[in-house]
Amino acid sequence: MAEKLRETPLLDELEKGPWPSFVTEIKKSAVKNSMANDQLGILERSYKDRIGHWKHGGLVGVMGYGGGVIGRYSDLPEEYPECAEFHTIRVNQPAGWFYTSDVLRKLCNVWEKHGSGLTNMHGSTGDIIFLGAKTEALEPVFADLIDMGFDLGGSGSDVRTPSCCCGQARCEWACYDTMGFTYNLTQHFQDELHRPAFPYKFKFKMAGCANDCVASVARSDMSIIGTWREDIKVDQGEIAEYAKTVNIADDVADRCPTGCISWDGKTFDIDNANCVKCMHCINVMPKALAPGDEKGATILLGAKAPIIGGALLASVLVPFVEMGEENYEDIYELAEEIWDVWGEHGMNRERVGEFIQRVGMGNFLEQVGLDPEPEMIMHPRTNPYIFFELDEEED
Amino acid sequence: MATKEEVAEAMFNMVKEYHGKKNLKALDLTKAMIEKFGDEACDKKLCKKAIRELVDNGKCTYSYVGGSYIVLPPEE
Repeated sequence: MAEKLRETPLLDELEKGPWPSFVTEIKKSAVKNSMANDQLGILERSYKDRIGHWKHGGLVGVMGYGGGVIGRYSDLPEEYPECAEFHTIRVNQPAGWFYTSDVLRKLCNVWEKHGSGLTNMHGSTGDIIFLGAKTEALEPVFADLIDMGFDLGGSGSDVRTPSCCCGQARCEWACYDTMGFTYNLTQHFQDELHRPAFPYKFKFKMAGCANDCVASVARSDMSIIGTWREDIKVDQGEIAEYAKTVNIADDVADRCPTGCISWDGKTFDIDNANCVKCMHCINVMPKALAPGDEKGATILLGAKAPIIGGALLASVLVPFVEMGEENYEDIYELAEEIWDVWGEHGMNRERVGEFIQRVGMGNFLEQVGLDPEPEMIMHPRTNPYIFFELDEEED
Repeated sequence: MATKEEVAEAMFNMVKEYHGKKNLKALDLTKAMIEKFGDEACDKKLCKKAIRELVDNGKCTYSYVGGSYIVLPPEE
């Protein structure tokens, strides 16, 4: 129980206005938790000093695991003793972030018992984040989580906690069972998740369709996005209904990225051979259009947010893969092949997308045993030089 | 084929040797062991098991300094 709330004149400013405030939430915890109270104090101090007062990293964790705990220490331990150690715990979230209120209550009970009581639902990787644990609390928290059927997520140079959209649980556009696959992948790569062995982090994100609600194309090293191969299903009767309220020419046909839609005011036609399955037309007219029947996924590789280098978007690695349970092993083998090549030749703290940029896509594909495909081309070449093999010149 | 215990012991000696001089990643240890024992006697899977043995029995632990490294546990 905190004795007296820290004075926070600068933070109080962040409570003004009509929006929810994280300061208000920390204050609620600070009333009953001295760690949260000191955290409030050090945060106020950071605003005053205009500098963060946290150090990061080190030797903290639970026995046997190399990931899941991020060490954080204050550089003002005497002034804020209750948050001198304020480690972050990443808890592997359920696929699709489905919870019962009972489970949420139990998670909070664990955290209020052992830590600051402050949570972040969810971190940018997708995990449940427990903010603020002392080193001695780590093993007891872990034990209580295991009792509930939860496990720690990833951190450091390992497979980060895989995450996915809600998929077929709630979305009619999902082209594969993202939740089922994410669960299976998480179980399959337990060792890679908990025992860091890579040059740097490796993230998987699973999206059921090209709407990509988990932003996998921008936020994961391996992005697995649902798609289909057969023609888009068109209900011309529903198209006629939409035509009464939607400007199909401007808002659908003209916005098709490949211009493969024609609309003469009566008939809606799609040149499916040139459709890139972007989902735009389906999103605008969901009652009239639907993905084709032969569903699966596209595997993309190489996205990352800017940390050491700049941001990268993923590019296509495998244009289409079936996503039945019997196909999961093929994806795991591909991931392991990539890890072998990246592990062998990647530099420390070099993400796989940066590695591909450094060695060249052609060399990378050769190393992982994939043939080049037209879908892998991100944009037309800008280099006018063409190199011929010597024997081709002689021919 | 080398045994898991032999590889773990060789890894442990390497971590001790480099302690305070250079942080070693799991990959560094794996490459060094394959070179030491030869690729017919030691492979990546065996090295993975050896690292797990070292960490599970507390002889080594993971640290995070930008990346993840395998180091000696802190002295009590």
